[in-house]
Amino acid sequence: MLTLCADADAGIRRHGRETYPHECCGALIGRNGRVVEALALPNTTEEGSRRRFRVRPADYRAAEQRAEALGADLLGFYHSHPDHPARPSQYDLDHAWPVFAYVIVSVAEGEPEALTSWRLREDRSAFDEEPVVIEETSCQPEF
Amino acid sequence: MPTRILIPTPLRVYADKQDVVEAEGGTVGELLANMTARYSDLRKHLYNDEGKLRSFVAIYLNDDDIRFLEKEATPVKDGDTVSIIPSVAGGVGS
Repeated sequence: MLTLCADADAGIRRHGRETYPHECCGALIGRNGRVVEALALPNTTEEGSRRRFRVRPADYRAAEQRAEALGADLLGFYHSHPDHPARPSQYDLDHAWPVFAYVIVSVAEGEPEALTSWRLREDRSAFDEEPVVIEETSCQPEF
Repeated sequence: MPTRILIPTPLRVYADKQDVVEAEGGTVGELLANMTARYSDLRKHLYNDEGKLRSFVAIYLNDDDIRFLEKEATPVKDGDTVSIIPSVAGGVGS
């Protein structure tokens, strides 16, 4: 299960709306499965940002450092699927890492809709969807 | 003198939950080989079936990607830090 505090949920959806029809991406920072910060990152793909996202190494390192500064963990990453369902693609699977939560928000005609979270199986064969709980309160770190 | 290797979050579970490990070696390739000899579960996430570094992994020596240095033959010296950085990417369709 993944829990998103209200600000993190709103931040992911806002980012998806702002970058539509292109994909947005960012890091999920928190602890014990509770995301307290959705850190927006630039989409640096060179394969067309309507269908792809890529986090460059410098931004990955910045996300790890941000988590450390908060006394938290890097829990995973989010990205948007413009005008596509919030389900991972084969391309998502090919690039996934264990442990991380992969949050996908579907953005249909500019409006964010379904938000899902997925984890890679140990044998890399598929993703498993996990329940997402959205808190109604704003983000207060509990660690 | 051992060199520090920074382990990214998703791979720490395969390195006894450590964020930093130390390994001996004169080149980046030797360091990684010695590290994966000790933490064998890391191997499948760093190397493909042909034994080459996966394209989804970037290895940095200090602040430089070794792809733009001498790749795995890049020499290391005292005080250097090696970072394993997962390439995070995805998107709709194939």
